[in-house]
Amino acid sequence: MKTAAETALAEAFAAVRAKLPGDRRIAERRAAAFEAFDALGLPHRRVEEWKYTDLRALIREAKPLAAAPDAQAKRRAKGAGALLAGIGARRITFVDGAFVAELSDLVALEPGLSIAPMAKALAESDPLVASRLGAIVPTDDVAVALNTAFMGDGALVRIDRDARLERPLHLVFAFGSDTASATFTRSLVVAEEGAQATLIESHEGPDGIDYQVNTALELFVGDRAHVDHVKIGIEGARAIHVSTLMASIGAHARLRDLVFTTGGALVRNQLFVRFAGEGATLALNGANLIKGRQHVDNTLVVDHAVPGGFSRELNKSVLDGESRSVFQGKIIVRPGAQKTDGKMMAQALLLSENAEADNKPELEIFADDVQCGHGATAGALDQNLLFYLKARGIPQAEAEALLIQAFVGEAIETLEHEGVKDALMGAAAEWLGSRKQ
Amino acid sequence: MPMLEVENLHVEIEGRKILEGLSLAVNAGEIHAIMGPNGSGKSTLAYVLAGKQEYEVTQGRVLFEGEDMLAMEPDERAAKGLFLAFQYPLEIPGVTGMNFLRTAINAQRKKRGEPELAIPDFMKRLREVAKRLGIEPEMLRRAVNVGFSGGEKKRNEILQMALLEPKLCVLDETDSGLDIDALKIVADGVNRLRSPDRASIVITHYQRLLNYIVPDVVHVLSKGRIVKTGGKDLALELEARGYTEYQTEAA
Repeated sequence: MKTAAETALAEAFAAVRAKLPGDRRIAERRAAAFEAFDALGLPHRRVEEWKYTDLRALIREAKPLAAAPDAQAKRRAKGAGALLAGIGARRITFVDGAFVAELSDLVALEPGLSIAPMAKALAESDPLVASRLGAIVPTDDVAVALNTAFMGDGALVRIDRDARLERPLHLVFAFGSDTASATFTRSLVVAEEGAQATLIESHEGPDGIDYQVNTALELFVGDRAHVDHVKIGIEGARAIHVSTLMASIGAHARLRDLVFTTGGALVRNQLFVRFAGEGATLALNGANLIKGRQHVDNTLVVDHAVPGGFSRELNKSVLDGESRSVFQGKIIVRPGAQKTDGKMMAQALLLSENAEADNKPELEIFADDVQCGHGATAGALDQNLLFYLKARGIPQAEAEALLIQAFVGEAIETLEHEGVKDALMGAAAEWLGSRKQ
Repeated sequence: MPMLEVENLHVEIEGRKILEGLSLAVNAGEIHAIMGPNGSGKSTLAYVLAGKQEYEVTQGRVLFEGEDMLAMEPDERAAKGLFLAFQYPLEIPGVTGMNFLRTAINAQRKKRGEPELAIPDFMKRLREVAKRLGIEPEMLRRAVNVGFSGGEKKRNEILQMALLEPKLCVLDETDSGLDIDALKIVADGVNRLRSPDRASIVITHYQRLLNYIVPDVVHVLSKGRIVKTGGKDLALELEARGYTEYQTEAA
């Protein structure tokens, strides 16, 4: 039997499918993706990958697709991305899931950089979309299927071979509507061989509206390319946010990824990362600072498909109130992926007795000459450390803040860009400030 | 009025009696040594003075410059001028030495109604003191005490003490685990703070440290009470004869 949300999604798809951007082939893919979703329905707790985040139970109703943003929505979204205002990033803004030119900076693109709105690329049958979309890390994940079925706008970014972006690229996703609705954004970023870039996406919206976000990013990191990717989740207090990263890393390339979450009622961050070329390096970090009844699930699958890959996963959760964090980390080492070095660590800092942290590490190793390990810790702030700080004259609240920032900071400091690191530490400090109120 | 007055102090931890009627008065300008066998309550005294939570004071009082110190939070005591050099300094992952010290100094200044120390002034003082104590500036950019040797941790305590300029220093077995060179550096750090308006309590098991930090008064602590008080010669006597007679006496 279908839930109300599933029925609503089917009705919505029937109503909008003809209007969604894309040629016939895209339309066929949408239809196939929706069929795949329809066969399975929303994932529930008996689906292992969704064990701790039962979407069927948590999504009571599916909101209607967001309308194109009007002047008011755009005005409300104007301040979005302010967290990173000081770092000189190039901003590409999407309001209610649609590209907004007047809030975006597309002038004087650096040599080797091209950017197009995804809706336009889909409508115009862009060759990059035809060759890459859905092909970076294919998955049968239900959230991705829904995203493919409904994908509207997003960013299509290409960084040419050996091009080096001095300015970080900041994709700003803001919810500006005053009615609860749903957005499905899809982005594709291709960093060709030897390219270097810092890519940031931020997702935010108002506290008072129970909007829904399903966003996906496909990221191709070519051979020797260096990409830092930061996803900042500062959604409104009632928002449901499901995001998926699908990334492949080429030979001797490097990807450093951070998912930073403080906002949203229900957040699921999925990361599927595949080593496609030998000798690549991956740092996959997560930092959650949550409170109240927030539920944040970081689920990742790191697929060592080739030899000599190096991966480090570090997930840090700070939990207050009755919040709950979920970390599911799977490392796969395929047959032949010898000399793989993979280590995973999940740490939870529980500031309240009613908070809950669930950690589920999984190692699937099919090669015999590898180093893989995982660890997990969960606990309260160390009282002895707090005493040490207080004995030096630091008051309780400040001592706690110092220790919490240090705890989270470990996941942030692997990034390269100082401005981004400072902004995120600032966001952590702000969260600590709000905790006191 | 003495700087510190401990009167008939009784302290328990988890129902176990550790201090049983300890009294002590320390005047400004004095250095007191507290010696005693293991388990006599030396570290408990240090922790109670600094305000560690799990120690329960069941009787007695502690006055610091005439104020009830037991009513103060540990950070208030520090701001008033109390400093405890820990026997086992803690590691603080993710917090650099510099950030820690600056936060501590400014928190104390704030509580005393003084302006914050500007970064250049702070750095200048920090470099000066670090150099004197043989601490590489690089170490201060690292997380506090993480990966430090025992000797480095103790020196780091003295560095904190020198920068915070407390009125009353309590050194809890700062000499344990130190070689003779490190011991001299630590002693030098304490002696530099010697002045008519400051005082120190040096808690130690061995007489060795007192060759370098010469005390005005020596107390013998046994079974939670001070059982003998004398001049600096008492330390030498203890070194020669051990604690046996005090342990039996108190029993």
